[in-house]
Amino acid sequence: MPRRHDPATPAPPPPAGLRAAGWGWRHAGRSSWAVRGLDLVIEPGERVLLLGASGAGKSTLVQAFAGVLGGADEGEEEGTLEVAGLDPRHTRGRAGLVMQDPDSQIVLARVGDDVAFGCENLGVPRPEIWQRVGRALGDVGLDLSLDHPTSDLSGGQKQRVALAGVVAMQPGVLLLDEPTANLDPEGVVEVRDAVAAVVRESAATFVVIEHRVDIWLDVVDRVVVLVPGGGVLADGDPATVLGEQGDELARSGVWVPGRDPLGGRPARPTHAPRPHHGMAEPVAGADRRIRGTAERADARGDESGSSQSTRAVRAALGAETASPAADQRGGVLLTARGLDVARVEGTTVARGIGLELRAGQATAVTGPNGAGKTTLALTLAGLIPPAGGVLEASAELAAGIRPSGRRRRGASSPDTSPMAWRSRELLTRIGMVFQDPEHQFVTGSVRAELEISLKALKLSAEEIEERIAEVAGRLRLDGLLSANPYTLSGGEKRRLSVASALVARPRILVLDEPTFGQDSRTWAELVRLLAEQLARGTAVVAVTHDRAFVDALADQEIVVGAELPATTEPAGAVRP
Amino acid sequence: MTVLAPPRGTQRIHSINPVAKLAASLLLSAILLVTIDWVSAAVALALESVLFVWAGLGPRAFFRRTFAIWIAAPLAGLTTLLYGVTSGQVYWQFWLMEISDGSISLAVATVLRILAIGLPAVVLFATIDPTDLADGLAQVWHLPSRFVLGALAGMRLIGLFLQDWRQLELARRARGLGDSGRVRRFAGQAFALLVLSIRRGSKLATAMEARGFGGSTVRTWARPSPFGAREWLLVVAGAVIGAVAIAVAVATGSFNLIIG
Repeated sequence: MPRRHDPATPAPPPPAGLRAAGWGWRHAGRSSWAVRGLDLVIEPGERVLLLGASGAGKSTLVQAFAGVLGGADEGEEEGTLEVAGLDPRHTRGRAGLVMQDPDSQIVLARVGDDVAFGCENLGVPRPEIWQRVGRALGDVGLDLSLDHPTSDLSGGQKQRVALAGVVAMQPGVLLLDEPTANLDPEGVVEVRDAVAAVVRESAATFVVIEHRVDIWLDVVDRVVVLVPGGGVLADGDPATVLGEQGDELARSGVWVPGRDPLGGRPARPTHAPRPHHGMAEPVAGADRRIRGTAERADARGDESGSSQSTRAVRAALGAETASPAADQRGGVLLTARGLDVARVEGTTVARGIGLELRAGQATAVTGPNGAGKTTLALTLAGLIPPAGGVLEASAELAAGIRPSGRRRRGASSPDTSPMAWRSRELLTRIGMVFQDPEHQFVTGSVRAELEISLKALKLSAEEIEERIAEVAGRLRLDGLLSANPYTLSGGEKRRLSVASALVARPRILVLDEPTFGQDSRTWAELVRLLAEQLARGTAVVAVTHDRAFVDALADQEIVVGAELPATTEPAGAVRP
Repeated sequence: MTVLAPPRGTQRIHSINPVAKLAASLLLSAILLVTIDWVSAAVALALESVLFVWAGLGPRAFFRRTFAIWIAAPLAGLTTLLYGVTSGQVYWQFWLMEISDGSISLAVATVLRILAIGLPAVVLFATIDPTDLADGLAQVWHLPSRFVLGALAGMRLIGLFLQDWRQLELARRARGLGDSGRVRRFAGQAFALLVLSIRRGSKLATAMEARGFGGSTVRTWARPSPFGAREWLLVVAGAVIGAVAIAVAVATGSFNLIIG
């Protein structure tokens, strides 16, 4: 089979220009226009960063240029839109599009086949397809065999495969819609570098949507800012636009370099700016395996050259002997001792974790990818059983748990293991905000989403109304109560997922990567909201890669180590 | 996720066009289902075992893959032995169970037939790579590419279903919905999975369209799907094995038409 890398001289595709004239689009079933009255010309070969507040119709515009917005049954169109002077629906392949979600952009099972998919659809002859595939994979810096299964790739690698698939089509325009929004910081850099390399090599017109401006500043030569409802707010070279419109952009949620989304005010009034490291605080006198984890994490820190986590862990080891008096904010609610966590029974991902969650205290869980941070969060939230060690709720937190005959097993009542609690009992004690908001939606409207837990708690109708009004108002969801959760923007989905956990007023709130891909406005709102919750005495635990978030809120930082050495005993062996 | 990317082996059986495997297996099964007697099944099994050696799987891989068949066949045989149509001498009886000459021969025929149909099917199907099958269906049988590739891409989502299902389970417990009865919980969760799948499906469709899928251009195929002498040989072998088995059964007088 002709499957090999074969670098031949590329025939440079001619770049295509983009033009919108009085263009507008209204999605079927919506009363307001996503974009309206837009006049914009992008010359062939220009590199444009497209900015604008959430809901300014950036994605709609880019999808329209890519020709995937659909026909009259998908929505109503006005004005004209052109790619290289033609209707985008008839120029498929001229404009290549990479979107946010890495999982829904991979089409086929093997890397080579997936990259070839676009070329096949364009009718490229077979020998040329494999030449292009080899070149495209080289351009995005992926050194993988063509037979490599796509299901084994990291998020950043998946995005690069998607990018290679588009590059192989040799489009005249390269359109990227927040290609790094779902990636951790390493993945962001990986994808940015791949895109930068592609843009350097190719003459194609380049348009990227992104609210983290600093990522793309070196790659683009023009910034266009759209306003919600239609029209262009600002247009020009990056320095001028960011200089003149910086305040306005920052207000609308764009991460403008050098601007603090919190406006210089600390999120927590009583909270001194946290030193960069050294707040990790394992339980003093807890069992020996804490040291084990810390040592592994330490070794990993040295390997990867991440001095940050190394120092944090060293501080953690020091704290074992020091008195942990610093953060006695409130009573202990939940204690983990020698806790092992496993997503699937038998495959323990992190071991020997010791920590205490206190009322009004914020705990950040950090560490490299695949270290088991999410699994730890799910275990702390009482959603999956510990694989070993002890996870124990304090008498304060467990008060009111009804023991059931089935669960008693000779244990003292009330049961102090969150996993043994009923789902309803968990609601008011430990709330969980999942990494992907869509994974926690269980109803068809924002209101129902907020209501459902309160109904499970059997609250009165007035109380339910009151709580919904409060939380919806606080999180700017009051105008969206009848909307379908799946149709919300990324920021709105995140706010809803937090709101639906908060509405039950849990004593502990566990969040998994709450700030991933959020614009600066949503970010600041989240930080302030969590600070408020802390002040009210809620314990907050957040799994995060976001240093600014840790600095703004955390009282203690737990660094979870990398993969376990292969020689560790099976999880079952340490079960009490 | 093993649904979409089974290990690509180097053995001969892996290199045969999946469409030929499909055809051979269907042909053989259809012929062997005409009669229920032990002679035809035994002849077919004997001839097939030559092919199994030729497939190059090796005894370990062969028995690992066909494990389920080796369990299922004796179980089906046992049931037939105890409950099969009684005729000839009765050897043992208890309630509805009866072992007789008739049920013994029927049981032997059943075991052999399940092996004769099941073993080649598993060997042929377990070595089919879905991507190659899609290539074959579209290029050899000329099924519409939209349909074939849509189904292939959709299969990738099956691997995600399991993950989604677990995630939904956790979400429902976290949201206070985990206490309701098993049936209600299952129904609610199944509906949520449906919503999530449709959502994934439409995102995937957009991604495919963005790469020019479903356009008016005539598609090319990156991977050839050759259908040559070896493929014809396999299909003919399937037909010949079936024919010889039937012929021997008729000649020995044991042919026993299943209908009637």
